Amino acid sequence: MTATEDNVLKLDPEEARRVRQERLERIGKWVLPLAIMILAIWLWDRICIWNEIPQYILPRPGVVLQTLHDDAGLLFSSLLVTLRITFLSLLLAVIGGVGLAVLFAQSKWVEMSFFPFAIVLQVTPIVAIFPLINIYINNQTTKLLLCAWIVAFFPILSNTTLGLNSVDRNLRDLFKLNGATRWQQLRYLRLPAAMPYFLGGLKIAGGLSLIGAVVAEFVAGAQGQSSGLASRIIEAGYRLNAPRLFAALILISLTGILIFLVLSLVSHLILRRWHESALKQER
Amino acid sequence: MIQEKVAQVTASGENPMLLSLRNVGKVFSNGVTALSKVDLAIREGDFLSLLGPSGCGKSTALRLIAGLSTPTSGQLDWRGSIDRSNIGFVFQEPTLLPWASVFDNVWLPLRLKGVSRAGAGPAVMKMLSRVHLTGFENAVPRELSGGMKMRVSIARAMVTKPRILLMDEPFAALDEITRFKLNNDLLELWQDERFTVVFVTHSVFESVFLSSRVVVMAARPGRVHGELAVDAPYPRDEAFRTSPDYAALCRQASDVLVNAINSTAGSHHDGH
Repeated sequence: MTATEDNVLKLDPEEARRVRQERLERIGKWVLPLAIMILAIWLWDRICIWNEIPQYILPRPGVVLQTLHDDAGLLFSSLLVTLRITFLSLLLAVIGGVGLAVLFAQSKWVEMSFFPFAIVLQVTPIVAIFPLINIYINNQTTKLLLCAWIVAFFPILSNTTLGLNSVDRNLRDLFKLNGATRWQQLRYLRLPAAMPYFLGGLKIAGGLSLIGAVVAEFVAGAQGQSSGLASRIIEAGYRLNAPRLFAALILISLTGILIFLVLSLVSHLILRRWHESALKQER
Repeated sequence: MIQEKVAQVTASGENPMLLSLRNVGKVFSNGVTALSKVDLAIREGDFLSLLGPSGCGKSTALRLIAGLSTPTSGQLDWRGSIDRSNIGFVFQEPTLLPWASVFDNVWLPLRLKGVSRAGAGPAVMKMLSRVHLTGFENAVPRELSGGMKMRVSIARAMVTKPRILLMDEPFAALDEITRFKLNNDLLELWQDERFTVVFVTHSVFESVFLSSRVVVMAARPGRVHGELAVDAPYPRDEAFRTSPDYAALCRQASDVLVNAINSTAGSHHDGH
């Protein structure tokens, strides 16, 4: 409403400049990254031509696109395998992370006792743990899931724990005054209060579960046991099939971006009515 | 006029005792004596203000009454049985659930007692109309002004029909115009429902305007310094706010407060 009024009103130079600036920023937000991306791809193509780089070292973008189309069947079935691990591990990370956080929130003693274990799991590189997992677990899917889960669950656990513990003290008193049970306090106060923190953790965990899945496949795939995108990349590397390698890489990146966008959207939809992070900037 | 005032005082004096604090003290674990030897008798229907400088333990006293904290010494005697659901509490900040609608915020105390949304509906809507928020039940707190948020907070405290309403500097953060309006509306509510109010404030003017009794507290250690009966009749309105009676009462209260502050400075000095 104010926007239309602004257009009708005679604007002073400062306001006019601000309106112009805002319009430019709105367009630029989309056009600029796209333009840079196209320029980069064009430059990539030119560099291949100018330096006469052979296809098995650096394929031209067009060839990669062609491969993406020609090998679609193979690549997408591999993508599905990777996606299955990714989403299953993300789901388990949410269940495990939130479950543990709720457990930690029940008592400071539990948190003090067990949080260090979570940190140990987080800081030890998964690639270094994998050989052990490989010895102890036979089932291929379980192996990959466990790896991806270890990588992804920590941000959810640590963020949700933080959220459950950052409830306004007066609100806590209010619940106490009204004789709320522990469960009511969790259900009506602490869990909703932790939601923005949890969603922040979820956004990080989404990307990490994909990384975890791919890394796990890599380590497993090196032993010839996997059929996900990572094993396609290793295979293509052995065969000097650079176009397919690039195609697989692009698929992984796009998947990661898509996961991030979807989780951002979910987060926005849940928080849009009340949380500062989701509110439009008001002047 | 004088006769009327006297009658008013005796009338409130005859109300049955609701709560008496006897020799109540509170010492925190860091060694600070927040309250020392507090004796206070609160009668049904009192509008009692605790007035004092910061650090005089008025909020601590309120938390003790609410049962959010236990006294180190002395005791609190309630007449009859009282549990926490008989106590309404309004904090300095509105302290609303930011993700919940106005309706859900007011429903909360009932919800925690197992009352369904439908079952709580009439009580919640009635309370919202009492605080002049009809039509805002679906708004979320961030869409409301500071004064409206405080109204929601009051509605939430009153929805369980508590016998005693405890208010901890509820209007301190509001602008003067909004504060006056809320003062008037609070008095109206109090006169209609006749619950007991303990109102913590550091404003002489607010305490005199609202209360039937002003208890002045002093700091270090927090203690009751003196009491002033505000015998001006209710209903009090904007006319009262500009009356000579009000000005005189404010001066009296102010004198007691200055005394209390000086007594603290003195005792502090003696301590060295």
